[in-house]
Amino acid sequence: MTSGDILAKQVSVFLENKSGRLAEVCQTLGAHDINIRALCIADTSDFGILRLIVDDPDAAVDVLQSEGFSVGSTGVLALRIPDRPGGLGEVLEHLQAEEINVEYMYAFFITIAGDAVVLFKVADSVLDTTLGLLEEAGITVIPGQEVYEL
Amino acid sequence: MIWDPFYECMDPEQRAELQVRRLRETVARLNVNVPWYRDRFAEKGIAPEDIRSLDDLQHLPFTTKDDLRDTYPFGLFAVPPEECVRIHASSGTTGKPVIAGYTPEDISIWAETIARTIACGGGTSHDVLHNAYGYGLFTGGLGLHYGGERMGCLVVPVSGGNTERQLMLMEDLGSSILCCTPSYALTIVDQAEEMGFDLSRIDLKSGLFGAEPWSEGARESIEERLGLSAHDIYGLTEIIGPGVSAECEAKGGLHVFDDHFIPEIIDPDTGQQLPPGERGELVFTCITKRAFPLIRFRTRDISRLDYELCECGRTQPRMERITGRTDDMLIIRGMNVFPSQIEEVLLKIEEVEPHYQLVLTREGRLDNLEVQVEVSPSMFSDEVRKLEAIEEKIRERLSSAIGIRMDVKLVEPKTIERFAGKAKRVVDKREEA
Repeated sequence: MTSGDILAKQVSVFLENKSGRLAEVCQTLGAHDINIRALCIADTSDFGILRLIVDDPDAAVDVLQSEGFSVGSTGVLALRIPDRPGGLGEVLEHLQAEEINVEYMYAFFITIAGDAVVLFKVADSVLDTTLGLLEEAGITVIPGQEVYEL
Repeated sequence: MIWDPFYECMDPEQRAELQVRRLRETVARLNVNVPWYRDRFAEKGIAPEDIRSLDDLQHLPFTTKDDLRDTYPFGLFAVPPEECVRIHASSGTTGKPVIAGYTPEDISIWAETIARTIACGGGTSHDVLHNAYGYGLFTGGLGLHYGGERMGCLVVPVSGGNTERQLMLMEDLGSSILCCTPSYALTIVDQAEEMGFDLSRIDLKSGLFGAEPWSEGARESIEERLGLSAHDIYGLTEIIGPGVSAECEAKGGLHVFDDHFIPEIIDPDTGQQLPPGERGELVFTCITKRAFPLIRFRTRDISRLDYELCECGRTQPRMERITGRTDDMLIIRGMNVFPSQIEEVLLKIEEVEPHYQLVLTREGRLDNLEVQVEVSPSMFSDEVRKLEAIEEKIRERLSSAIGIRMDVKLVEPKTIERFAGKAKRVVDKREEA
């Protein structure tokens, strides 16, 4: 498996901070039978970036683009993390030890066998190092294809 | 008081003779010294000796803002640049500004017309002139400064900004005349109120307000709140700077100092002169300047001329306050800005697509310009800081090219209104103050 396959494709959408825009994105996806599995919004006073994990990222990019949104897709890592106090901290400690910067992260709504699923974004330049570290630490990375089906 | 009764109160017929003589001399000098004008005069088949009356003015070619761009920087100078002692600049329609040169004689003419301006506003040599126009390439600061000194005022060259210090100086130095843009005058009032500064502590008697259009409503508000007599003053860098015309105590229009600058009103579409009293584009011809005397410069300002004699005793015609523009030039905090300048800067930034809109608002008393730029696929990133960095880059490039601070906002694609495929570039939400 290449590092490209292990990454989950996250769909990002540029949103102005005005009412109704988030609803339009969600309605557009709903109308095309695309299900949202996880999301987060990064915002400034002027604009926001909506980040989505959906069951069919390629279709989501197409339909949102055709609706006139500015859309991009970015590879993120979906990690299985024990759902207990300190679970996330331990994972971050491994990354911190190698000075790997997590650009942003957010969590899935669901758990897998008691584990939380947390999405991490790291710079492409440190992706392979990160994967190596995670493997050493015994932290499971859920391949993209499986993420969409969660 | 009238600063120079000899010229300002001259019999109109006598002045017309003076104007014709000065015009003929200027055309003769340009014919020798400025190849660009020599060619234009030849095209029109007009020679200096053909100018026998003011009616002959209309046979002379126009000079436009585009001509100034094409001849940048010194192409229309009528003296070698080394004979000049100063330049000032104003916005061009694209990247390069308009450069105006001044010989010592020009600086002296300017000081005279500003002294007349100050006298129109009731000023005398006993006044303390608080000059809050910006100093620098902009003509406002140094123009009022030299005129104030010519009159013998005590000039306070405070320039713009730092309103708290302005209030302190006005109080401590006993400033009696305030010079600034009308919107800055209102800002001073607002800020004084916010600070709890009692405006009766300053003792201004009059204000010389210009560099941007303003309304009667703004005048009333300024006069009432600052307790002074507010006078409209007018000018433009291409002609000399402020000191082209000024409002006397009668406040029935601005006296044009037409022994130096002959005004005309033309139909902006046909270029034909319009009869007195009709509204149209204001055109000026410089007849005394040495370095940069423009012939029939089209100001793009809309006004009309009144040749009836004024009760103040001055015989010089009065122009109505500027009521609009024939082009899309914006005046933001007293500075001239052309949308084409902004577009030029935006298109040089690789990530930016040519979908943008300029939104003008008034925050408190000050104009605010927001440049909205649609997010293009090449600009989009899922990282906030990368988008913010692009915003910052656009903001910096614009500010350094145009010289005023403006806000930049990224907006979603296709959200800028398009009319028949063409985007509407300017949305002016500023209301009358």
